[in-house]
Amino acid sequence: MNNQTIIANGLSKAYGDKIVLNNIDFATEQGRIYGMIGPSGSGKTTFIKMLVGMEKPDTGSVHVLNTPMPNLEVLQRIGYMAQSDALYPTLTGKENLQFFASLFKLNKHEQKERIAYVAKLVNLTDDLHKKVTNYSGGMKRRLSLAIALVQNPEVLILDEPTVGIDPALRFQLWEELIRLKEEERKTILITTHVMDEANRCDFVSMLRGGSIIAHGSPQALKDQFDVETLDEVFLHAGRTSI
Amino acid sequence: MRVIALVKRILLQIRRDKRTLALLFFAPLLVLTLMNFVFNGNEIKPELGVVGANKPLIEQLEAADIIVKPYEEVADIKDTVKENKLDGLLQLTADSFILTVTNDNPTIAKMIEMKVKQLLQLQAQPSFEQAEATNQLAIQTDYIYGSSETVSFDTFSPILIGYFVFFFVFLISGIGLLNERTTGTLERLMATPIRRFEIIAGYLISYGILAFIQTIIIVLFSIHVLDIILVGSIWDVLFINIITALLALSLGILLSSFASSEFQMIQFIPLVIVPQIFFSGIFPLEGMADWLQGLAYIMPLYYVAEALKGIMYMGLGLSDVVRPVLILVAFIVCFIILNLFALKKYRKL
Ligand SMILES: Nc1ncnc2c1ncn2[C@@H]1O[C@H](COP(=O)(O)OP(=O)(O)O)[C@@H](O)[C@H]1O
Ligand SMILES: [Mg+2]
Repeated sequence: MNNQTIIANGLSKAYGDKIVLNNIDFATEQGRIYGMIGPSGSGKTTFIKMLVGMEKPDTGSVHVLNTPMPNLEVLQRIGYMAQSDALYPTLTGKENLQFFASLFKLNKHEQKERIAYVAKLVNLTDDLHKKVTNYSGGMKRRLSLAIALVQNPEVLILDEPTVGIDPALRFQLWEELIRLKEEERKTILITTHVMDEANRCDFVSMLRGGSIIAHGSPQALKDQFDVETLDEVFLHAGRTSI
Repeated sequence: MRVIALVKRILLQIRRDKRTLALLFFAPLLVLTLMNFVFNGNEIKPELGVVGANKPLIEQLEAADIIVKPYEEVADIKDTVKENKLDGLLQLTADSFILTVTNDNPTIAKMIEMKVKQLLQLQAQPSFEQAEATNQLAIQTDYIYGSSETVSFDTFSPILIGYFVFFFVFLISGIGLLNERTTGTLERLMATPIRRFEIIAGYLISYGILAFIQTIIIVLFSIHVLDIILVGSIWDVLFINIITALLALSLGILLSSFASSEFQMIQFIPLVIVPQIFFSGIFPLEGMADWLQGLAYIMPLYYVAEALKGIMYMGLGLSDVVRPVLILVAFIVCFIILNLFALKKYRKL
């Protein structure tokens, strides 16, 4: 029970008449990577924002690290990466990192160390002194990821983290995510469009029409629908549930 | 701690933004200087033709900053004035004085009339008579603009100082928070342990610092360079302007939550800023309908103007303007509380 890190119960959300999420239950454990896949507009971002406490659910509750959300203490322990880069363009990469780091409880020494570490992790060390205006799309993505990691959070919630990142770096980032999971026992939840990435998660949830239409390890899902790829799972699951 | 981080970041952003810096620190000086030129008629030396005047009188007129053009004899007054582009003509005969003023600019006409009257009264001469104006059309045009009623720059410059502090701080702080909203960074901040009041405090402090510097520059410039009248204490003036800046700040960041682009922020100017200047005392309130006068009492700038005019023009101390200051503080507290509610749409904490 205690290593359950995120617990969402009966989450629903509607914008006006449009029901985006309908009674979603979801739970995660420490030391696992969870993938959330679903077509654009299926409510992945909305779901993730509710976990962090940025969006209020119409019904249902979210507990993170055994605490009802939103909770400021727990936010200290969650690393969040938004789908759209929320950066300060007139500041340098380093200044962006410093600003976000200083919102968390890190002493000067820790802050310096963490900034150097996360910058290296996303291959931005040499570009830290450039202003973010001059960054490419992929560099901004990487800076956002670095910011999500800067306070060394136990729970990582990443909204489409690898969009616009080249294959080599994407590979490297996945290596790091897996290391974080295995060595530091972090909980990682990511949304993605890329089935290849979903394959590397321990558990995959498929979101469509406001509901999770399938959930399980990639292999279990393939076995369940007797298919070779997750793409096919997605197609089959969609058909049976609607 | 988080507030300090926010303040540092905002100040760094502004420091990088040369245009905003210029708008904060130089634009008000430029506008004030222009206003000063426009309204200060004292710099102009009127040209006055004089017929039959003795030497002492001419010297006295020249001492009063009038350019004197002596004439031996004048056949047609109007023609002489027009041909020589004079502002007026003074005829002295044995038993009378006739002053003809061009009156194409009533301010100059009034000035000549006043100066000549004073001088002649000093000489205790019996009769004084003003001839009809040479240019009827000009008189009427100028009366439409009410130039005979216009107050001098000195009386309303204190109001203008407060007004500029308000205007520029309002615009820049509002757009600052608006940018934070539209780029998504404000929402992103909600995923960090920062509290709503810390965000408001960060904005108030950082823009407060900028407004403080701006106020000092404007006030020192107005008093030392433009020679705007200051009877009261400069510290009191600074104090009132800081209050004004906080007012503009809290209102600016509040209204920014009702705007979704910088253009919409600009649209608040005719709605929120311009009406306030009509009620701030530059135009006399007494002549307005009662219900209109009542409107003035809900306009924060009315109290700014009351306090600044009291201190700068009438030489009152802070203890004499307690009432407007308290009302301004009440406005600020209200706006800050509303700000906290406006941020609630992001997060409850
Ligand atoms: N603030 C909002 N107001 C109205 N509709 C919204 C809002 N946020 C999201 N939506 C709608 O909710 C749906 C799900 O959006 P989102 O969670 O961003 O999907 P995804 O991340 O899976 O692409 C979309 O149809 C979107 O238009
Ligand atoms: Mg999304």
